[in-house]
Amino acid sequence: MTDPSTPIKAVPLRRPGRWISAAVLVTLLFLFAWGAATNDAYDWPTYGKYLFDQRISAAALVTLELTVIAMVIAVVLGVLLAVMRLSDNPVLRGLSWLYLWFFRGTPVYVQLVFWGLITSIYQQVRIGIPWGPSFVTFDVREVGSAFMFAFIGLGLNEAAYMAEIVRAGIRSVDEGQTEAASALGMTWLQTMRRIVLPQAMRVIIPPTGNEVISMLKTTSLVVAIPLTTELYSRARAIATPIFRVIPLLLVAATWYLVMTSVLMVAQYYLERHFSRGSSRTMSSRQLAALAKAQEQPPGGGS
Amino acid sequence: MTEPEQSRPTPMVSAQGVHKSFGALEVLKGITLDVAPGEVMCLVGPSGSGKSTFLRCINHLETVNAGRLYVDGVLVGYHERRGKLHEMHPRDAARQRRTIGMVFQRFNLFPHMTALENIAEAPVVVQGRRKAEAATQARDLLARVGLADKAQAYPAQLSGGQQQRVAIARALAMQPRLMLFDEPTSALDPELVGEVLDVMRQLADEGMTMIVVTHEMGFAREVGDQLVFMDAGVVVEAGPPRAVLADPQHERTRAFLSKVL
Ligand SMILES: Nc1ncnc2c1ncn2[C@@H]1O[C@H](COP(=O)(O)OP(=O)(O)O)[C@@H](O)[C@H]1O
Ligand SMILES: [Mg+2]
Repeated sequence: MTDPSTPIKAVPLRRPGRWISAAVLVTLLFLFAWGAATNDAYDWPTYGKYLFDQRISAAALVTLELTVIAMVIAVVLGVLLAVMRLSDNPVLRGLSWLYLWFFRGTPVYVQLVFWGLITSIYQQVRIGIPWGPSFVTFDVREVGSAFMFAFIGLGLNEAAYMAEIVRAGIRSVDEGQTEAASALGMTWLQTMRRIVLPQAMRVIIPPTGNEVISMLKTTSLVVAIPLTTELYSRARAIATPIFRVIPLLLVAATWYLVMTSVLMVAQYYLERHFSRGSSRTMSSRQLAALAKAQEQPPGGGS
Repeated sequence: MTEPEQSRPTPMVSAQGVHKSFGALEVLKGITLDVAPGEVMCLVGPSGSGKSTFLRCINHLETVNAGRLYVDGVLVGYHERRGKLHEMHPRDAARQRRTIGMVFQRFNLFPHMTALENIAEAPVVVQGRRKAEAATQARDLLARVGLADKAQAYPAQLSGGQQQRVAIARALAMQPRLMLFDEPTSALDPELVGEVLDVMRQLADEGMTMIVVTHEMGFAREVGDQLVFMDAGVVVEAGPPRAVLADPQHERTRAFLSKVL
């Protein structure tokens, strides 16, 4: 008879099916990579030459800037629209609905073309009393740039989608939370900021991560404005005169992949931060503290 | 009843013909009762009789439709000016609630905060007290409810009884003058009920004014100063707990007590 308190050392379960399927898939992947490496159409020397071209990396930076600025606009405006949609003021609810109806109901490409034409529709913006004197007047053509219209166009469109994501997040928070916060004397704004939105984050972040990644790729549509300094347009512009479209598309694709990968890592850490308290599982630090409190070494076994 | 009215202290809670409806459904049909400072009132009655609604009216989570409700002599939910009632701004309602603590059946702790953060949150955000000071107070309160070692635990890592004790500590952190308990032990496993009732008993001994909705008749008998039996939105019977429990005067009270005792 062995001592029942000895830690168990069991023989691991064999899983042949897993090994066979893995071997088949790895072989297929290898064959594809081999084919790609030896196929002249991909023109790897050109790919290597332009991968770290300074024009390409500058264009990638423009793409990243567009993505970040547009997403910041979308998140701020999206939270505002979501809160308006959930308020009990019918005018605010209606306005929010109207916004979503318009911006989700028309293609983003069409909206971007429209933003490109905005200077021929509105020449001047006047801040003052309607039909009365104006305090400030500025020229849209002077203030606005293609870059600015690009992030405004992308941001306003995205805000409609973010609003729906935020709304679903807010509604996922138990009513008892608002009630407990109110009972403690918190105002509506304090309740939203401190109690509801932090909990809604767990529901909001995963789809928002998808939206950021999708935004990064949607920036290639700003050629509609036209803005041609971002990654895709720049790669096309380099490729066309030298008749090397495929390797430069691969260069652009590589940069997009690297950027989305970085964003995915950021998303992982954000999700981890906002999942605080969501499970019974304790961190190793908490477990160590508990074990110390019980005054016996964790693990045990002699 | 020979005593003149003004010689009695202002009641902590005074309900005078309180009515509350949700659309066509009339839930409270004229509740009249007084709770003196330092008194523990136990509110019992069948499910759906309006007990929770009454508690929620007291801290203005619901607005009264008719009648008057005073907390510490101040009208709840309305300003009275020259005989007219004016709706209260939500900001003022929030201010009124600060001095009333509430404990819920399902605890409603903030899951994204540790026990300590749950307790220190409102003093910092609502009262504008310093973080360090609020944390010190939170530690004292945790010790008081017997959870000094759980400061860093998240609600999901605590048992139901422990969560409810943190919830009580959270309400106490606002230094309330009145505590409302809505079936604080109904969601707990039987062996955890005692630890929560002990904390409540201790609070009553310290002189806190409390209104407790409960099915724990033992607690009502030992700790309560007043037992109110409510049914279908009206107060059917009220009096000293021992008297009401031993010799209920109304058929409805008898029927209810025979089920819960
Ligand atoms: N917000 C609400 N809207 C509509 N009906 C409600 C609402 N809150 C409570 N009620 C109704 O009021 C009645 C009394 O509820 P409640 O006060 O929770 O009773 P109790 O706490 O005594 O069980 C029930 O019929 C319930 O359905
Ligand atoms: Mg109830």
